Amino acid sequence: MSDALEAEQTFYDEFPAESRVVRSSLLGAFLALTLGAIFGIIQTLHRTGIFRGIIASTDYYTLLTAHGVFLAISFTTFFLAGLFTWAVVRSLDRPLVNIKITWTWYALMAGGMTMTGVTILAGLVDAVDMSADVLFTFYAPLQAHPLFYTGLAVFIVGTWLAGADWFRTWLAWREENPNERIPLQTFMVLTTMIMWYIASSAVAASVLIFLLPWSLGLIESVNPTLTRTLFWFFGHPVVYFWLMPAYLLWYTVLPSIAGGRLFSDPLARVVFVLFLLLSTPVGIHHQYLDPGIAEGFKFISMTNTMFLLLPSLLTAFTVVASVEYGARRRGGTGIFGWLRALPWRNPAFTGMMLAGLMFAAGGFSGMVNAGMNVNYMIHNTIWVPGHFHLTVGTAVALTFMAATYWLWPQITNKPIYSSQIGLFQVVLWFIGMALMSNAMHAQGLLGVPRRTAEPEYSGFDYPVAFGGFEELNVQIAIGGTLLFLSTVLFIGNLVLTMGNPRVSGIAETLRPALSGPDDAPEVLDDLRIWSGIAVTLVVLAYALPLAAIISDGGLLGPGVGTYPVWIDAAAGALADVALPAAWSLVDALALLGSRLLDAVASGVVA
Amino acid sequence: MHIHAYEKIWLAFAIVLILLLLGSVTYGAVGPGVAMVADSEGQIDATALDEDERFAEPRVEQVGENHYAAYVVAYQFGFEPDPIVVPANSRVTLHVTSRDVIHGFEVVGTNANTMVVPGEVSEITVEVGEPQEYGLLCNEYCGAGHHAMEGKLHVVPREEFESSDGGESA
Repeated sequence: MSDALEAEQTFYDEFPAESRVVRSSLLGAFLALTLGAIFGIIQTLHRTGIFRGIIASTDYYTLLTAHGVFLAISFTTFFLAGLFTWAVVRSLDRPLVNIKITWTWYALMAGGMTMTGVTILAGLVDAVDMSADVLFTFYAPLQAHPLFYTGLAVFIVGTWLAGADWFRTWLAWREENPNERIPLQTFMVLTTMIMWYIASSAVAASVLIFLLPWSLGLIESVNPTLTRTLFWFFGHPVVYFWLMPAYLLWYTVLPSIAGGRLFSDPLARVVFVLFLLLSTPVGIHHQYLDPGIAEGFKFISMTNTMFLLLPSLLTAFTVVASVEYGARRRGGTGIFGWLRALPWRNPAFTGMMLAGLMFAAGGFSGMVNAGMNVNYMIHNTIWVPGHFHLTVGTAVALTFMAATYWLWPQITNKPIYSSQIGLFQVVLWFIGMALMSNAMHAQGLLGVPRRTAEPEYSGFDYPVAFGGFEELNVQIAIGGTLLFLSTVLFIGNLVLTMGNPRVSGIAETLRPALSGPDDAPEVLDDLRIWSGIAVTLVVLAYALPLAAIISDGGLLGPGVGTYPVWIDAAAGALADVALPAAWSLVDALALLGSRLLDAVASGVVA
Repeated sequence: MHIHAYEKIWLAFAIVLILLLLGSVTYGAVGPGVAMVADSEGQIDATALDEDERFAEPRVEQVGENHYAAYVVAYQFGFEPDPIVVPANSRVTLHVTSRDVIHGFEVVGTNANTMVVPGEVSEITVEVGEPQEYGLLCNEYCGAGHHAMEGKLHVVPREEFESSDGGESA
C-alpha cells in the first residue's frame, strides 16, 4: 500500500478525464491508420502490377483518395489532438477548463471525418449515387459529392475548437501563474495552433465559398487556379501541422528516454517560432509548374522555402546533441562509441531515432523538390510520394507509433503487451520504407508519374536506368507489404495491450532542459508579436498572386465545366436532395454530440 | 540566451547551405536560362477552344528561323495532336491547354513538364536534338481513365518534317 502511495503518479492517475480524451483521440488515429494501411497494400500491389485482382483500375483512385485522406488528414490530426491535449495538461499541470467543450470538438472531428470517409468509400458501391474520386487535393473542376466537402468543413471547425480549448486552458493557467514562462510543451502546442489557424483559413474559405456551393449547383463554375492556390496555401503548412507533434516528441520525450535532457529550451522555442513564421508563405512552391502564376512569385516562395530548412537543420543538431548527452550520462564514450550506450531495445527510442534518420533523407529529397527549376525533373513523378513517405509516412507516422509505446501506458496504466514485437515492428517499418521510398525516388527520375493505377503505357517505355522499371516495381511491392505487416503488428500489439490489467508504478518523468526557459528572451513568449509577423509575411507572399489570379481569371473562373459530367447532369436533382441531406446529417451529429455530452456528464462513459 | 559554440558553427553551416541552394537555382535561371512556366499567356475560354485561332486545330508550325510552335490540347484522356511532330535540332515552344479538367504534360525522361489547367495556357520552350521518339503522359490525376492518357512526341529529321504537309501533323 505504501509503495503504491509513494510511487510517482502517471498522467492517468492525475487526470483520468483527460486521459479518456487522449485515448479516444489516439484510437481514432489508429482506426484511420488501419483503414489507410489496407488501402495502401491494395494500391501497392495494383500499381506495381504484382496483383490486380482486387479492384478495377478505375476504382484505384477511390482507394487512393481514401488512403490520402485517412492517413494524411485523419490519422495525423487525431493523433495530434490526443498528443496536444496530453502535452498541454501535463506541462501546465492543470485539467482542461471544460471537458464538455473537449468532447464537442472530438465529436465534430469524428463526425466530419466519418461523412467524408463514407462519401469516398461510397464510390466503390455502384448502387449508391455518391462518390469523391478527387484525391486528397480535390482540384476543381473535378467534383466530389457535397457531403465530402461538408465533412471536411465540419472536421476543420472541430480542429479550431480544439485549439481554442488548449488556448483557454493556457489562459486559465496564466491567471494562476502570472509571472511564469510558458512551459515548453504548451508553447509548442500554441505556436503550432496559431500556424494552423492561419493555414486552414484558406482551405476553409475555398471549401465554403467556392467548392461546396459549386457542388450543390448554386454556382456554375470555379476558378481552378484560385482554388488550387487556396489549397496549397493550406497544403504546405499542413505538413508542418503533422510534423510539429513529432518535433514536440523529439524535443521533450526522446531526450528523457535516452537518459538525458533537452540541450536547449530557448532554441526549441526559436525553432517553433520559425516554423510559425515560415511555413505558410511557401505554398506556391507546389505550383512551380502552374501556368497562371508569375515567375517572380515563384521565386519569392522558393526563397521562403529554403529558409524553412533552417529550423529543421537546427532540430537535427539539438536532438542529436541531447541524445548524445543522454548516452554519455549512461557511460557512453568516444566520438561515436556513445551510440552503443543508447537504449536500442526500447521500441519508443529506436522508433523515434529511425524516424529522425529517415527525416534527414526526406529533407534532402525535399531540397530537390524546392529547387524551382530543378523541380521540372521530378514534378508529379513518383519521386514526390517517395519524398513524403519519408517525411509524413516515416518521420511523422513512425514517431507516432514509437511514441505510443511510451505514451499509452501513461494514459491507461497498462504496460505494453510486448516490447519485443514493438521493436521488431518499428525496424520493419524502417526497412519497408527504405525499400519502397528508394525505388519510388529512382522511378521518379525515370519519369514514372505518381497517382496512376497503371504506370506502364502501351505506346512507349521508360528509359532504362540502374534497376529498371520492373525491378523497382518489385522493390516497391516488397516495401509496401512490409509496411502493411508492420501496421498489423502495431495494431495487434496495441489491442493485446488493452487487455492487460492496470498496474501501478509505471510513471515516467520528463526531465527539464539543460538550458532552461529562463535563458530565453521574454519576447519569445509573446505570441501576439509572432502571430502578427506571421500574418504579415503571409500577406506579403500571397496578396499579389491572389490578386493577379482573381483579376485574370475572375472569382468564378474563365469558363470551365464540371467533371465528371454525371454530376453536372444530376446537379439540379442533387441540389434538391443534398442540402436537406446535409442538414439532417448535421442534426444527427448534433444529437450524437449532445448524447455524448450527457453520457460524459453522468459518468456513463468510463 | 546562451548559444553553444557548436550550435553557432552548425547555424552558419545551415545558412551557407541555404544560400548555395538559392544560388544554384538562380544560376540555372540566368546562366543556362531555365525559365519557369509563368502567366505570360493570359486566359482562354476552356469550353470554346474550337473557336480559338490557336487551339481550334492543334498543330505544329514554324514561327522563326529555327523556331517552331506547338499548340497542344489535353483532354480526358489524350493529347491532340498525337503524335506531336517536330524537326530535329530546333527550338520548340509548347503551348498547352486543357478543354476539361487539370492535366499534366510530361515528356518522359526529360525535364519538359508542366501542369495543364483549364482556362490557362502553359508555355514552355525546349531545345530538341537528334531524331527520337519520346513518350508523353499526363502526370496529374484527371479521372477514372487517367492511366490511359498518353501520347508521343516525335523528333524527326527536318526533311521528313517539311514533307509532312508543312508541319501539319495529323
